[in-house]
Amino acid sequence: MAHLNPTPVLEPGQDRTMILNMGPQHPSTHGVLRVLLEIDGETVVRLMPDIGYLHTGIEKTCEAKFYQQVVPLTDRIDYLCPMTNNLCYVLAVEKLLGLEIPPKAQWLRVLLNELTRMNSHLVWLGTHAMDIGALTVFLYCFREREEILRMFEMVSGQRMMTSYFRVGGIALEPPLGFFDRVRDFAGYFPERIDQYENLLTGNPIWMMRTKGVARMTAEDAIALGATGPTLRGSGVDIDLRRDMPYSSYEKFQFKVPISQEGDVFARYMCRVQELRESVGIVRQALDGMPEGPIKADAPGVVLPDREKMKTQMESLIYHFKIITEGFAVPAGEVYQAVESPRGEMGYYIVSDGTAKPYRVHMRSACFANLQTLPTMCEGRLLADVVAAIGSIDIVLGEIDR
Amino acid sequence: MPLAPAITDLEQLKNHPAVARLVGWNADAVTGVKFDRDEMTIYVDRAFIREACVILKDDPACSFNFLSDVTCVDWYPAEPRFEVVYHLLSMQKKERVRLKVRLNSASPAVESITSVWPGANYFEREVFDLFGIRFTGHPYLRRILMPEDWEGHPLRKDYPVEGYR
Repeated sequence: MAHLNPTPVLEPGQDRTMILNMGPQHPSTHGVLRVLLEIDGETVVRLMPDIGYLHTGIEKTCEAKFYQQVVPLTDRIDYLCPMTNNLCYVLAVEKLLGLEIPPKAQWLRVLLNELTRMNSHLVWLGTHAMDIGALTVFLYCFREREEILRMFEMVSGQRMMTSYFRVGGIALEPPLGFFDRVRDFAGYFPERIDQYENLLTGNPIWMMRTKGVARMTAEDAIALGATGPTLRGSGVDIDLRRDMPYSSYEKFQFKVPISQEGDVFARYMCRVQELRESVGIVRQALDGMPEGPIKADAPGVVLPDREKMKTQMESLIYHFKIITEGFAVPAGEVYQAVESPRGEMGYYIVSDGTAKPYRVHMRSACFANLQTLPTMCEGRLLADVVAAIGSIDIVLGEIDR
Repeated sequence: MPLAPAITDLEQLKNHPAVARLVGWNADAVTGVKFDRDEMTIYVDRAFIREACVILKDDPACSFNFLSDVTCVDWYPAEPRFEVVYHLLSMQKKERVRLKVRLNSASPAVESITSVWPGANYFEREVFDLFGIRFTGHPYLRRILMPEDWEGHPLRKDYPVEGYR
């Protein structure tokens, strides 16, 4: 009769924690992130992220390529906001060279950068909501994202890895009809954001899953190096577009959404409001788009127009030399940071005077933001880990490079 | 637009708040300065880097309260071989400064600044992983991007781009 009163396997107070591997292949880790969890029942005692599964040595590869050949590599680092990576890199090289970029190229860069921000936030919203269980939001977000990707394809030929920016400006003129298409999109997009908010913001299940979950104070966030909505969700008012503007962002009016609570819901509200602000910036860019050239006046750096290359000897020689030998950049170093959808993305480029960069380092926003995950999740429930990972909005390509 | 030449004279740059504060604290700590392309770079002696970071973080005139980045440049075969680069941001003043520590290839080790900013943890692990620089006092100095049993430090200049395997 011993089986009617079995002795418990563990007495209370004995070692009862379990090490659980949230493996690199997991639908909720948004990439190949491995999280080692030490759990006591449902409570997370310790959490340690393990990264490096997507490391491809992009920083090393950049040292073997010409400056213009590095641009397609930069797309693949944070693959959800490719144009932001392009922008940061070309701004850094232009700073090294001392190039002046014509206003139309700068405004086009802002327009495309904001479309990229919308693209990235739509993927974030869709996947974050899907992890928590709201599957419809995923389909709605990807419906809008499809239109943005079609616009990217219209302008650069590529849906995701656009590589559209060049050192000195933009690769090609946008085709006829592009601006009308963007204007139509900016016309109906705000009511789509209302649709997403309708499903989530006032939803009691969403609020129970996200309010008070994965809280982080502002001091912790700054000490751990968090930037972007992860930091603004805790009440710190900093946005590089407004505070250290680049590429004529100082000419645009937009609000920077801040939340005070520091939980998953606060970061969600920050990003959704950023979607709305991006639509405003896109409209301002369309209304005020200046005329002019799309490439800087620097024949040794910027490729000439195809027609000139085919008819004029000097242009042909410049074209040949830029493609085969690259352009030499004066020795020095520069750190250029932009506000990516995830936070401060910076490029630190060291030049030794040749046509290949000596060192390219990408300061990726998520690499630092991921350090906040243990602070957010230790002592909390296991299901909140999924919500926290989604709220940081990690992209493993950026973390691992 | 032609580039302005870089200024490397300590006399001309000593009024910059970060330079003034560090030189005022310990003149041996600052081994050089450079102002190039609108960016301030301060070369700090490796024994003083942690205290220099504390000073720059706490001083109200500088208030560099945010650590943006810790990285490294390998100048093989020149000596000193490594330069560990720290990028600081003052959120209040919206300014950046770059601190650099030069290390020899014989003993590339420097004190960790995780006690000043816990966010330096992953950055220092990455520099250790890819360059082989030891950060004394780091709570968990292991490889972060490469597999744990990897030999060699890939971002060094004597490591081939195509790798060994």
